[in-house]
Amino acid sequence: MKSLLKRFFKRDKVKYQREASAVKRFTRSKVGNVFYFLFLGAFGLFSVLPLIYCVTSSFKPLDEIMIFPPRLILVLRPTFENYLSLPNLLSNLKIPLSRYITNSVFVSVITTALYVFVSAMAAFVLAKGKLKGSKVIFLIVQFALLYTSYTLAVPQYLVFSKLNLIDTYGVYILPYLASTMGVFLMKQYIDGYVPNALMEAAEIDGAGYFRIFFQIIIPIVKPCLLTLTLFGFRDVWSAVPQGTIFSEQLKNLPQVMAQVTAGGIARSGSAMAVTVIMMIPPILVYMISQSNVVEAMSSAGIKE
Amino acid sequence: MDKKLNSKLSKSEFTRKLPLYIMIAPFLIAFCVFTVIPIFSSIILSFFSYDMVGKFDFIGLDNYFRMIMDDDVFPIAFKNTLLFAIVTGPLGFMLSFVLAWFINEFSPKVRTFLSFLFYAPALVGNAYFIWKIIFSGDSYGYINSFLLSLGLITEPIIWLKDASYIMTIIVIVQLWQSMGVSFLANISGLQNINGELYEAGSIDGIRNRWQELWYITFPSMKNILLFSAVMQIQASFAAGTVAVELAGFPSVNHAADTIVAHMMDVGTVRYEMGYASAIAVFLFGMMAIARIVIGKLLDMIGK
Repeated sequence: MKSLLKRFFKRDKVKYQREASAVKRFTRSKVGNVFYFLFLGAFGLFSVLPLIYCVTSSFKPLDEIMIFPPRLILVLRPTFENYLSLPNLLSNLKIPLSRYITNSVFVSVITTALYVFVSAMAAFVLAKGKLKGSKVIFLIVQFALLYTSYTLAVPQYLVFSKLNLIDTYGVYILPYLASTMGVFLMKQYIDGYVPNALMEAAEIDGAGYFRIFFQIIIPIVKPCLLTLTLFGFRDVWSAVPQGTIFSEQLKNLPQVMAQVTAGGIARSGSAMAVTVIMMIPPILVYMISQSNVVEAMSSAGIKE
Repeated sequence: MDKKLNSKLSKSEFTRKLPLYIMIAPFLIAFCVFTVIPIFSSIILSFFSYDMVGKFDFIGLDNYFRMIMDDDVFPIAFKNTLLFAIVTGPLGFMLSFVLAWFINEFSPKVRTFLSFLFYAPALVGNAYFIWKIIFSGDSYGYINSFLLSLGLITEPIIWLKDASYIMTIIVIVQLWQSMGVSFLANISGLQNINGELYEAGSIDGIRNRWQELWYITFPSMKNILLFSAVMQIQASFAAGTVAVELAGFPSVNHAADTIVAHMMDVGTVRYEMGYASAIAVFLFGMMAIARIVIGKLLDMIGK
């Protein structure tokens, strides 16, 4: 199968590499350049501001957080107090903190993995399977994405309780398998970047659908899988189930951290520290997946 | 080769396609149970009067009539939502493409760093609080303290409680937040465009970057652009959380009430789930129309 991929893309790849250096791309005018960097700089700053604010505030003593006029970035007397007070704030829990951490990590990893895998499989079938009814299903998927989730909370709760899922890990994991966004994105991606000729070539070679999926589709859509991974992880990591988890043993980190942030103005330093700590895992996943996206693209060399 | 082909043709169609059914089954089952069934029950509920404890009373289209004729807030919420969607939808869509397009030409490391900057608001999660601090109505708010220190104003402006500012502020915050999944999808889409197309284009007489964008980049990105557009429709029509977080609910003179905010009021405060469902169905109708129009518009790209 590898050889098939190679055979299919080899000519293109060599040609592409040889000629890539010779391609002269159009360049911007000078005015365009000024506008370009101003825009990027301004928007970048605009976007990253809350992040910087959270990090610097988490190192500020309380009087500096409340100072007037407010300072955005400058910290006069940096302190670790906000972080050091956390173990104390979280020490009177009935369940050890490690349990919440384990729950969060377990749920986030399992859910994200299943979500990406299930979406990719479904999208592959919808895009290339030529099953009867695929088009109708995809249409329903697209429009279901537009239905506001707010009024679905009650029916969803009823479904959970009918299936005896209330107060189990199921309420964290299962709804994500039904997520339409992943299927929609993957389907668009497979449609756009997996040539039909490649599918036909693989079928003529006698490859079954499982093999085609794992050995041809997955490598091509890897950038999209990684995008979905980081998006899914970010969602699941910060998700707080609404009224479906009651046992303390099953609660996740955001739920216990909310107790700290709910502590009012006197704890605003610790609240910032909590925000910063909760941000770290999604950022790590982002860093890992993005560096892999870049790698996947440069190594695959798949430019049909 | 021929032998293999023949043996395959002799296999029954079903056995050959069985893997496909197995692969789509997990999604389809979960989708039906956790999405389709709830959506249908919500639609059915919209024809009932139901307060979460009492009986279901079938009232036909009364919820819909009430929405259009008997609800003072609904027209305002409708107007706000429409205005909000018309402004933030296209702007957010363009922004997430333009930024992806801009940073696409940097080296991979710089690109990762820049996309991190733009994606940061989404990573921080519920970061509305920064805007509450910036637009805080007392003199501690950044904008107020800045304007005060410059002497431009003599007393703090209560930004988030002033009907003439609140909508603008919410639009800004929504745009700031719009660099979500569609931005990332645009980046990976741009990365996958065949470089040869650009070369062929320059031979075919493409003269500048704008033509390149219109005749090569857009058509190659069509699928991803549709995805990104649908995500923007979803974000801009269903905007409620941002408005509620910043302006409170109800906002001053209902100036920032959106349909979703109104729906939350009806459902969570007044427990009128039937009526809330009717509003949801109405909103879905608006979004579906927008989705169809945008699909038609995107079909014209590159022609």
